[in-house]
Amino acid sequence: MHIDWVSFTPWRALGGGALIGIAAVLFARLAGRIAGISGIVGGLLRPHRHDVAWRVAFIVGMIAAPLLYVLLGHAIDVRIDAPVGVLLLAGLLVGFGARLGSGCTSGHGVCGLARRSPRSLAATGVFMAAGFFTVFLARHALA
Amino acid sequence: MSTPAVKRRLEAAIALLAGALFAVGLLVSGMANPAKVLGFLDVFGAWDPSLALVMGGALIVGAFGFAGASKRAVSALGLPMRLPTSRDIDSRLVLGSLAFGVGWGLAGLCPGPALVAIATGTPKALMFAASMLAGMALFEISPARSSK
Repeated sequence: MHIDWVSFTPWRALGGGALIGIAAVLFARLAGRIAGISGIVGGLLRPHRHDVAWRVAFIVGMIAAPLLYVLLGHAIDVRIDAPVGVLLLAGLLVGFGARLGSGCTSGHGVCGLARRSPRSLAATGVFMAAGFFTVFLARHALA
Repeated sequence: MSTPAVKRRLEAAIALLAGALFAVGLLVSGMANPAKVLGFLDVFGAWDPSLALVMGGALIVGAFGFAGASKRAVSALGLPMRLPTSRDIDSRLVLGSLAFGVGWGLAGLCPGPALVAIATGTPKALMFAASMLAGMALFEISPARSSK
């Protein structure tokens, strides 16, 4: 293992992470809900009465903020290297897996760990390990 | 506090703000960029530890902010608290997280950054988002969903 010092951005990472934490805490403390993106999006696929507006609002906020950022003349660095076939398979796995596992990086990895949920600790350990292993296979073992 | 309709409007307003702030956090931290996320997952290559500090920053704030939250019946604004109470580590949790982790490692995208990436209009971002929705829809019609 060697650290990529050129790519490593410790202060932006900590600061951005703190903002994510503040968003999750505000949402829980004010709205009483978990800021888990897969749950918020997935819950719209079988909509219940009176349970739609807040979900749509959260998603709109998440898309509108970066859109505004772009309209103000900034560029968003989004580099997707995966070929289309891999990307589509990845999307299916992420969507299905997050719903089956009741959460993703936000719900388990941020909110769940902050709440010291043993379930979320297990989930985060598993998806981190799976992510490390997948990238190891793709970039080193099979490349 | 007030009528259910007013409460729902309040809830949606908070959700809009929280979603926007969450996205700003992803942008500032660089986690909206799949290439950077993969740089973290590539521990055997040139490793970018940024994601660990993003989680660290979020967890420092979260550890204080969530303290005692689950003991409350209503939020600071009088909305019902709906935090998860389940504590079982079952096969669904493990298998689901496993599949999620493999997909995450293949593309470097998870649901939050996928929404942010939609804003860039990049065809690949839209393809991933559509496929992720299809995966979620597949779950809704799968036998796994009904045994929940």
